[in-house]
Amino acid sequence: MDPLKRLENELKNCVKCGACRAYCPVFTAVGREPVSARGKIALARAALSGQLSLDARTREVMSKCLLCGRCVEKCANDVPTDLIVLAAREALARKRGTSLFHRLAGFFLRNRALLSGGATLASLFGPLLFRKVPNSSGLRLRFPLPFIGGQRHFPKIAAKPFLARHPEIIPGEPGRPRIVFFVGCMTNFIYPEIGEAAVALLKSLGCTIVIPKNQHCCGFPALSGGDLDTFRGLAERNLAALEAHQADYVMTACASCGGAFHRMYPLVLGERFPELAERLQALSEKALDASVLLQKLGLWPKLGANTLQEITYHDPCHLRSRGVVHQPRELLREVSGLSLIEMKKADSCCGLGGTFSIHHYGTSMEINAQKTAAIMSTGVQTVVTGCPGCMLQLSDGLQKAGSKARVKHTLEILARNLSKR
Amino acid sequence: MLEARIISELQKIAGKDNVATEKQDLICYSYDATQMEFFPDVVVFPANTDEVSRILTFANNENIPVFPRGAGSGFSGGSLPKGGGLVLVTTRMNRILSIDTDNLIAVVEPGVITGDLQDAVEKEGLFYPPDPASLRFSTLGGNVAECAGGPRAVKYGVTKDFVLGLEVVLPTGDVINTGGQTVKGVVGYDLTKLLCGSEGTLGIITRIILRLLPLPETRKTMLAVFDSIDGAAGAVSTIIRSRIIPTTLEFMDHSALQCVEDQFSLGIPAEAEAVLIIELDGEKELVEKQVGRIGNLIRPLGLISFKAAADASEAEELWKARRLMSPALKKVNPDKVNEDIVVPRSRVPDIIRKIETIRDKYGIPIVNFGHAGDGNIHVNIMIDRSIPGESEKAEGAVREIFRATLDMGGTMSGEHGVGLSKSPYIPLELSREQIGVMKAIKQALDPKNILNPGKIFPE
Repeated sequence: MDPLKRLENELKNCVKCGACRAYCPVFTAVGREPVSARGKIALARAALSGQLSLDARTREVMSKCLLCGRCVEKCANDVPTDLIVLAAREALARKRGTSLFHRLAGFFLRNRALLSGGATLASLFGPLLFRKVPNSSGLRLRFPLPFIGGQRHFPKIAAKPFLARHPEIIPGEPGRPRIVFFVGCMTNFIYPEIGEAAVALLKSLGCTIVIPKNQHCCGFPALSGGDLDTFRGLAERNLAALEAHQADYVMTACASCGGAFHRMYPLVLGERFPELAERLQALSEKALDASVLLQKLGLWPKLGANTLQEITYHDPCHLRSRGVVHQPRELLREVSGLSLIEMKKADSCCGLGGTFSIHHYGTSMEINAQKTAAIMSTGVQTVVTGCPGCMLQLSDGLQKAGSKARVKHTLEILARNLSKR
Repeated sequence: MLEARIISELQKIAGKDNVATEKQDLICYSYDATQMEFFPDVVVFPANTDEVSRILTFANNENIPVFPRGAGSGFSGGSLPKGGGLVLVTTRMNRILSIDTDNLIAVVEPGVITGDLQDAVEKEGLFYPPDPASLRFSTLGGNVAECAGGPRAVKYGVTKDFVLGLEVVLPTGDVINTGGQTVKGVVGYDLTKLLCGSEGTLGIITRIILRLLPLPETRKTMLAVFDSIDGAAGAVSTIIRSRIIPTTLEFMDHSALQCVEDQFSLGIPAEAEAVLIIELDGEKELVEKQVGRIGNLIRPLGLISFKAAADASEAEELWKARRLMSPALKKVNPDKVNEDIVVPRSRVPDIIRKIETIRDKYGIPIVNFGHAGDGNIHVNIMIDRSIPGESEKAEGAVREIFRATLDMGGTMSGEHGVGLSKSPYIPLELSREQIGVMKAIKQALDPKNILNPGKIFPE
């Protein structure tokens, strides 16, 4: 079935008012109607009716979406443009076929847990280093640009991935909750310090921490590239890995992994594969962003004051769109000595957007420029956020603008300020 | 399809990247907020007055129809390229050229988003009042061409009341300036007023001189629920008779309240027949005093409840039902015929009752809400066009509603314009002589009828 056909009613719900033009970061930068949500919906409708062919230009337009979800939040008629763009990308991937490399990439993602057979970033993403992976590959979504273009400032890759550092189960105090930690690729390979912070915080609360060894990529990059088969394969593997441990909660520390669990697993896969729907729904209910979970578990009495510090907080789109806006701020405010200075438009997208920053690095950094300016005008030297993807992008923008400000994950700030008592 | 020679000439004028002819572009510049679609042959994005002038000179020589467009958020099809031709998009001309705090004037290019100008002048303690619902995405060029209104029209008036002067490219490519930087000015005909609301048929606006006001110190929002539409209408006249001019007097009638309540269960009392949202602005002390007076004035008029918001978030809460109107409507029926009639304020209850009888006669849902303070009512006829006969029913209902509106001394469009969607009806409102004068003006300025042809006048 045509993936767009499934969204026929949603497509009809757009009344073309144009309100999305005010909120789409890409439209604001590019200024042409086809990239607005309204434009993409019109093109999706035209593709569905056979009026428009799924050609290279259609692919180009559909690639110009950050999947930030802003248009969905602001739409008076609740049109899910993110799902429409994903369906269009899937239709495009099907129509235009996938190359050998794309299939290889999919095979890698599907069949390798984040830690199996000594997988390292280089072995997983090796092909990318040599420009061998086609543009359409889901694997190109988050990582390759720094290697390929050499434009992006990129953090040092962890010598030892996070998953190789801890046993699968770290026992806690009896009667305390059992937390299954879904690590995510970026934390595992690039920012293991986020994982270390998560472990320290959960330990301080006496929780039993389970870090399943056979967890995989959440699949968002594959989904974003229109590769539903890989997305489904990864989701099934993650379901199996996470369900095996009878968690009280599943914790994510990456906004996008959490966004995949909350929105994309049930709404894309659940709709498509009814046999998985119940399990996907259960995961989406059990999975909580770390800030929400830590607040729920009563972290605040554990927080002390180790330093006097001024910070500013950037809202990752995939937390904001789920309403996780106050929780991280409230936790950060519990740290005495820490003062949170709000930047202008803290809730606007940093411009990364997965595939987007690969295909459209220039536009990505144009969108980022406003964010960088907003951060710099606070005069604060530490930017805090809840998504390793945003961290990568924010660091890049700040570095390019000559700022010395550092970017930290919420969990790092909280862990550093755990009371010594 | 236009010849390659024509496209290449346009590329010479505006630059290759600013001339679009691919199918994706043609689809995306074929629509506005009506549900109509007409494909252009080419879309051009000029950067300045000179390019607009050269495009029009060229189009006039070649007999190519030109359709000016801002954000494409209009409700009457005014920017749609019916019959094909060149869509000229003004959104690249989006600079605020100056904000003059001594003379309270702003000079802008037509592609500036209305809300962006408001933000910019408010930083200087100034105020640009017109507030069409689309202000966050519609352009000032489009607002002037359509003479956009908005809720604050009760106190401040509409777009044309703030336009002091224009730079306009005529259909022949000539550039003229109208009006100027001064509030007074009587030399020659008032071409500024003529161009405001001309729907892009007489010239393309390339620069706008706007009058500004000092930013009011405070704003206060109230919500009043009534047990009858007469009570709400009585409240409107009572308030104004008592020499209080609110910025905004929005109403929702029973049909609208029920529609929102059915979808969203906000807890609107069942006996509520009408709701008024009242906003005041001005000096803090005066506004507080007026809030108290309004409460007392309207109490005897069948008032069920009255609430004044303490802060911005409470105000937003009071607007909630009104803001949920659009999605609620969508759930009644998929297609909306959206009219924006105006009657004298005192006739609002009469027209609402008349619309109810028309609704019953045709057996289709009609939901009414709008600007009670100036008698401008948004009449939403909700149909499903896939059901045979529904479109015809809607057309019959529209015609009867327009007749009733005109009989009560009103007009069939307060702020959306005629465009394509109302042109068949204008002979109901305008005499042959009136239409003749307008056509003579059009003919004088656009002898070859290349600028936005097919709009306003019935075929």
